[in-house]
Amino acid sequence: MTHQLSRRNFLKSAAAGTAVLVVGLNSNGLLASGKADRVFNPFVRIDDDGVVTVIAKHFEMGQGTTTGLATLVAEELDADWSRVKVDFAPADREKYKNLFWGVQGTGGSTAIANSFMQYRTAGAAARELLVRAAAQEWGVDASDITVSDGILTSGSKQGSFGDFVIQAVELTPVENPPVKSPDQFKLIGKQVLLRKDSVSKTDGTAVFAMDVKLPGMVYAAIQRSPRFGGVVKSFDMTAAKQVGGFIDAKALPNKAGVVVFAKNTWAAFQARNAILSEWDFSNAESRSSKDMVTSQLESLNNPQYDATPVGRTEAQAAIDTATQKIEAEFVFPFLSQAPMEPLNCIIEPTENGVRFHDGCQATSGVQFVVSKVLGLQPEQVEIKTVYAGGSFGRRATPTADYQVEAALAFALLGKTIPIKLVWDREDDIRGGYYRPLTVHKATIGLDGAGKVLGWDHRIATQSIMKGTAYESFKVHDGVDHTSIEGCADTLYQLPNMFVGLSDFESAIPVLWWRSVGHSHTAYAMESLLDMLAHKTQQDPIEMRLGLLDRDDDKQRRMAGVIDAARDMSGWKKGNKRGFAAHFSFNTWVAVVADVSVNGDQVHVDKLYISVDCGIAINPDVIRAQMEGGAGYGLGAVMRNEITFSDGEVVQSNFPDYEPLRISDMPDIEVVIIASAEAPSGVGEPAVPPTGPAVANAIFAITGKRITELPMSKSGLQFV
Amino acid sequence: MLFKLNINGRARSVEAEPGTPLLWVIRDELNLMGTKFGCGVSSCGACTVHFNGTPIRSCSFPVDSAADNEITTIEGLQGQIAEVVQQAWREKDVVQCGYCQSGQIMSAVSLLSSNASPNDKEIDGAMSGNACRCATYVRIRDAIKLASQKLEA
Repeated sequence: MTHQLSRRNFLKSAAAGTAVLVVGLNSNGLLASGKADRVFNPFVRIDDDGVVTVIAKHFEMGQGTTTGLATLVAEELDADWSRVKVDFAPADREKYKNLFWGVQGTGGSTAIANSFMQYRTAGAAARELLVRAAAQEWGVDASDITVSDGILTSGSKQGSFGDFVIQAVELTPVENPPVKSPDQFKLIGKQVLLRKDSVSKTDGTAVFAMDVKLPGMVYAAIQRSPRFGGVVKSFDMTAAKQVGGFIDAKALPNKAGVVVFAKNTWAAFQARNAILSEWDFSNAESRSSKDMVTSQLESLNNPQYDATPVGRTEAQAAIDTATQKIEAEFVFPFLSQAPMEPLNCIIEPTENGVRFHDGCQATSGVQFVVSKVLGLQPEQVEIKTVYAGGSFGRRATPTADYQVEAALAFALLGKTIPIKLVWDREDDIRGGYYRPLTVHKATIGLDGAGKVLGWDHRIATQSIMKGTAYESFKVHDGVDHTSIEGCADTLYQLPNMFVGLSDFESAIPVLWWRSVGHSHTAYAMESLLDMLAHKTQQDPIEMRLGLLDRDDDKQRRMAGVIDAARDMSGWKKGNKRGFAAHFSFNTWVAVVADVSVNGDQVHVDKLYISVDCGIAINPDVIRAQMEGGAGYGLGAVMRNEITFSDGEVVQSNFPDYEPLRISDMPDIEVVIIASAEAPSGVGEPAVPPTGPAVANAIFAITGKRITELPMSKSGLQFV
Repeated sequence: MLFKLNINGRARSVEAEPGTPLLWVIRDELNLMGTKFGCGVSSCGACTVHFNGTPIRSCSFPVDSAADNEITTIEGLQGQIAEVVQQAWREKDVVQCGYCQSGQIMSAVSLLSSNASPNDKEIDGAMSGNACRCATYVRIRDAIKLASQKLEA
């Protein structure tokens, strides 16, 4: 649709220069609008050429958030999707906070869920202002104006958003602009709405932090202790000085390593590798993986904490009356997130502090931690967020680890020179912040008819939250919820279920890894349920449905995805396939796995995935996250592990931390459950059920129950 | 040392230490940022460029061997096959984080240049050196098939 800009509006625009309408929050956190130069941070900006810019308070690591936020605004605005673009918001803890957290940041599959009403309201407010401006201009009633694809129409009168920006900036927004009811949605739920980041990511122009280059910038790489907790005693830079482009090397003030400065990335890596350091390992982790597993298993004899109202004695008493038992131990290795873009960021001086260029995930956390390191106030730490080349949790550390490294390097050079701190893949694989090593041990007691009488489930893992700023939110009575989530709060009706927890202590830094605790609890729970079904000769799907009470809302939705996966896959009793389902991040996912096994050679052929995530805002982004989450989970359970030998990480790069390859990737079919419930997360929930669905399929075919990950340890080869 | 390179059809003189991987010359010296660093050991393919039309991993390819040969990066991709491949990537909404996709597209263009209608096995063979941690592989496969259909039409 084209339209002619009226001469009057053209003259107005020309006289005003560039008028811009912005809608966001004022200093009191209330909806406000006006010209771009008024002091508040917007969610929506509309230029007088009619282009709508959505200001994304969340970063984009590939999960599709920029497209999702743009959809919410464009829906309420009735904007022309092709004229909507996205910019990243600056760091501002108050105005751009994650409404679920109270601080700015992205994670836990919350981006769209917390922004759902906020961004729609901003879009609705902008629409109402434009309509009111047009009504005044045209001398008609606002109710006589319709808006579609960025065009306002009343009778024979027509104009685009841009035509009314000048008038709209003078108006005061209504307090509670009406938002659409679901039956009015035109974009939300539309099957394919092309991603906003697709063009720049297919022609090489998308900017990641790795691509930022500032005048006079110095490159920095760090040699870290080969054992976590080690400190540098002394170092020799003789060989490093021979590397062309080498500038200098200095010990980090916290002695965690030696930072090398150079004129380019390659020189920084080469010189860093040439540094000879002596380390003090007296407080370092020096054990091997095998010893750590043994120690964790021993700790399960007497778990430190009770994570359920049912105690161990009660569960034991119920199991003692059982006529049949199921017993199993599971071992889950340390895992690295290994995002495709190795960690890096740029820090530069500003008049009032510093500025980061970063694919920044934990925005407010970085501001806070770095400000302490540099003796600044948090607001003196500006953050320019750019695309992040994946994260899977790694870019959000409570310690702001790589941003602090950059800040320390920046300070060592006198705080005047921009520094680009770069990790290489070896740094990434060996540098920590792993999904913690975890063991589970379960004893299930059954009566003669196969009914569960008691369930004793014990978990040993390293706490992710203890000792961090998030401890008070996630740790209660000693139990770190992320250690037992997906197990102690299972939706299945399991009587007399006790979950015990023992914390594993180590200097190894651990972190959330896509789906956090669910990355191991779902595997254990869904394997155990499969064992239960086989032991009692029940169909794995029918048995699970029998353990769910459809009068309970959450259990009903769990049953809903199970039904959907069964139906879409044509599941039949006794078929040699695998099934698993899991509830995480307020989203329900069920998976049927079809696997081929030939001797020790295994290939995952197809996954049928059903998901209930409330209102499906961008169905195609949801499908993409189901595909990607399943692939991420699959790659890890197949052959990924980080192991330690005398405290040193054994793996170093992709050849021994082999990523999932295209030849490993199964076909994937996704069904999204129609829902009018509030939207929930999709970035993580496909990871947990995928591994156990595959494991259960391998069992169905071979009778081999895999309880130690990765599966390659059981002699299986994935082809 | 001064190296004379032919990159994206242009003669470029660049100062670099002998033995520097072509990747770092392309990125840090020539500011062509579309070619990515992922592993440094030819294992992930994020750094894939064309060397006289053939895909190579520029992270492990010394700049010394690049002189006097035609190097093409994602910025210099042109021609019908490249356009069709990029368009197919957009139609299928392949990208997630996007960091590996320059390399994926360079490999896909190369595959379709030598084989206009690859089967699944041939796609796996040509693309298995390009890792995607977001696991966008289902759509990479679909996009290559879509591009192939368009090229044959």
